[in-house]
Amino acid sequence: MNKMKITFDAISENEAFARLAIAGFLLYKDPSLGDIEDIKTAVSEAVTNSIIHGYDNGGIIDLSCSIDGNSIIIVVSDYGKGIEDIEKAREPMYTSKPECERSGLGFTVMESFMDKIEVESQLGKGTSITMYKDLV
Amino acid sequence: MVNCRYSKDVYIVELSGDIDHCTSEKIKKEIYMNTGKYVRKMIIDLTNVEFMDSSGIGMILGRYKEIKERNGEIALTGIKGNMERIFNMSGLYKIINKFDTIGEALAEWRSCNE
Repeated sequence: MNKMKITFDAISENEAFARLAIAGFLLYKDPSLGDIEDIKTAVSEAVTNSIIHGYDNGGIIDLSCSIDGNSIIIVVSDYGKGIEDIEKAREPMYTSKPECERSGLGFTVMESFMDKIEVESQLGKGTSITMYKDLV
Repeated sequence: MVNCRYSKDVYIVELSGDIDHCTSEKIKKEIYMNTGKYVRKMIIDLTNVEFMDSSGIGMILGRYKEIKERNGEIALTGIKGNMERIFNMSGLYKIINKFDTIGEALAEWRSCNE
């Protein structure tokens, strides 16, 4: 088992940092290019959701990853507004911010690129997305 | 990075690097800065894009809506890898044509005008 956890400001400039940090952490497992691209994309979606929907006036995001054999678990947590209706938020093409040119595909991409995702959220306390994937 | 140029009446936007929520806003501004608001034919080329998440879909859909209001059209070129999967999920191909290269998109439009 190997673990990492980083905390960073919930600003869009940190989206690239988050996905590259995960890719760097996983490098010693010699993952396939496809797996790395999938994971980077899913992490980018989760972190972007926290930045856009979690906070109005900034906050922090925790990103953690654990590796056990070929199984990885990634958790992206914010401590912001929370999601009122998780089922609705996970519907393809649903966005609460259409004016911001959001496609509403964030959760669909996470679900498609990872093996499984779990979403926990409490209004006023924040949202935590846990993503699972077995490396090829 | 955004590189914009004209080929006759077609506005070609060549993107490179990463397209995420952060860069999508910058790309949108650069396209506006260069085009004004009167372009009716736009090619967005993704050949040199190394990463794109669903923010790219939102940004492209935004440009499509604007151009559609002017009865114009948009084409996508150079799509590969995970980008292709995200585009397929989005249903964007139902409203926007894709081509392998900029040359193919230009040839298609010009043959339609002949």
